[in-house]
Amino acid sequence: MSGHSTYEPKSAVGKWFESRLPIMGLIHSSFVVFPNPRNLNYFWTFGGILAFMLVAQIITGVVLAMHYTAHADMAFNSVELIMRDVNYGWMLRYLHANGASMFFIAVYVHIFRGLYYGSYKAPREVLWILGVIIFLLMMATAFMGYVLPWGQMSFWGATVITNLFSAIPGVGEVIVSYLWGGYSVSNPTLNRFFSLHYLLPFMIAGVVVLHIWALHVPGSNNPSGIEKKTDKDVLPFHPYFTVKDAFALCCFLMVYVWFAFYIPNFLGHADNYIEANAAVTPSHIVPEWYFLPFYAILRAIPDKLLGVLAMFGSIAIMVVVPWLDTSKVRSGSYRPVFQIFFWLFAINAVILGWLGSKPPEGMYVVASRICTVYYFAYYILVLPLLGLFETPKSLPASIADSVLGKGGSGSAMASGAASSPSTKG
Amino acid sequence: MATTHASASAEPTRRDFLFIATGAAGAVGLAATIWPFISQMAPDAATIAAGAPVDFDLSPVAEGQIVKLFWRGKLIFVRHRTAAEIKAAQDTDVTSLRDPEADSARVKPGKDQWLIVYGNCTHLGCVPLGNEGAFHGWQCPCHGSVFDTSGRIRQGPAPINLPVPPYAFTSDKAIRIG
Repeated sequence: MSGHSTYEPKSAVGKWFESRLPIMGLIHSSFVVFPNPRNLNYFWTFGGILAFMLVAQIITGVVLAMHYTAHADMAFNSVELIMRDVNYGWMLRYLHANGASMFFIAVYVHIFRGLYYGSYKAPREVLWILGVIIFLLMMATAFMGYVLPWGQMSFWGATVITNLFSAIPGVGEVIVSYLWGGYSVSNPTLNRFFSLHYLLPFMIAGVVVLHIWALHVPGSNNPSGIEKKTDKDVLPFHPYFTVKDAFALCCFLMVYVWFAFYIPNFLGHADNYIEANAAVTPSHIVPEWYFLPFYAILRAIPDKLLGVLAMFGSIAIMVVVPWLDTSKVRSGSYRPVFQIFFWLFAINAVILGWLGSKPPEGMYVVASRICTVYYFAYYILVLPLLGLFETPKSLPASIADSVLGKGGSGSAMASGAASSPSTKG
Repeated sequence: MATTHASASAEPTRRDFLFIATGAAGAVGLAATIWPFISQMAPDAATIAAGAPVDFDLSPVAEGQIVKLFWRGKLIFVRHRTAAEIKAAQDTDVTSLRDPEADSARVKPGKDQWLIVYGNCTHLGCVPLGNEGAFHGWQCPCHGSVFDTSGRIRQGPAPINLPVPPYAFTSDKAIRIG
């Protein structure tokens, strides 16, 4: 985590410690004096929100693990005991369950922010790829966590997702039985999922450290997409961005606790309050809302192997986005044609999510196919071709100019002012 | 390393040999270390032992009824087919199927009324609902695969028919699965 360390310990103990482990200097240069572009809008506060959510999930999760029993015969009952008998157990569980949803809301805003403002472009490709890895780890963690209460949705969700691997030709069935530790989803499966559900958040924390490290090499992108050049373009992280991040976090937390305390089961499924039964699949099985767009892509394709490949491919393709986008202009604010395709892409993703919650029949299947085609076309056709044909707006000379409008034309001012309301991710 | 010597000849040196031998031994050791960590994921001895054959009495199963039972933790359907269901299964043009298999190959000779198949959809493992779908066999609630009265895939994403587990008739009205 680069940045100029100007940290000078005042006390003798501080000097003694800093000369042996310069961690206070590292924190000082990374989160106190670190120069951030002065024009960051509220979409840049979601990184901090995500860091908070990771810590919140780890703390509530570690405590829940103290009361939970990872056994197929006892897991469901132990969750009910957490809800009824453990002091504040209901609160801890609802905070953890809704915390997962809030984590995904924040990460989707964070990802769409990156897609709109071109945060994946050079020199931030590695930063972006580390983010995709975090997203994948989050998905694995959330999936395994949802299995732990051992309700009907847990069991059948686990069955469907592990069966995805049976699509691999030849070795698929063997791989699936190795994932299960048996011939079906059963106690060994629950045990290993609990172990991994406990492990993966710490792996996420490790990759988050790399993500922040990679971020602090070039520093944050910003709404203008222009690199910082002079001291006029930047403000120190503290107090300007610590305060902004803290304010955004407080607003976000209000939504989070509103869910946890007022509508704690709104995002869940009633079927998961029925204990797992290997003989009956719930009549309408859907994954948690944050997986629905990918689930819709899986179901849009009438072939098992191709459907599975398309679903994994829809996430894997994000790794190569930095090289698919040929435009030299980073920020979508200065790309009028890109904006149209981007918002279509965002709406398309929401529609895919809605389609994923619908039964796989009739018009829903047709619509899923159209949306799946656009999802991939955006990455494979739109991003490469748009950079070649689109004429971007003229860029301001510097970040300071984009904010203050001086030296720039009226249009630069207008686009700078308009950038906030027009960039809801 | 060998090339740092002035006499860099084409002949491999003792150092080259040691380098490759060490690397090879290390690779074998690494593989031997990793293997137990992979192998432990497989079904354990107790799970395999629990796969002993199960006996099932067919006499209480009424015509038209589908009964579920478990063998090795896997769901199995026992279906007592009606004459119409048998006829529908036998009259199907086998060549038109995604996974071509004659009905006679999926039941025991002379026991056309008894269809015994695994009860998890071959797409992603959900339990299909009996007597549902266009062919009145099964329909999967998850992704819409439709099976006929022989348990063969007819519509939807499932790639193959519901497999027939290993079983044999121990008497006229009893089977042993496994």
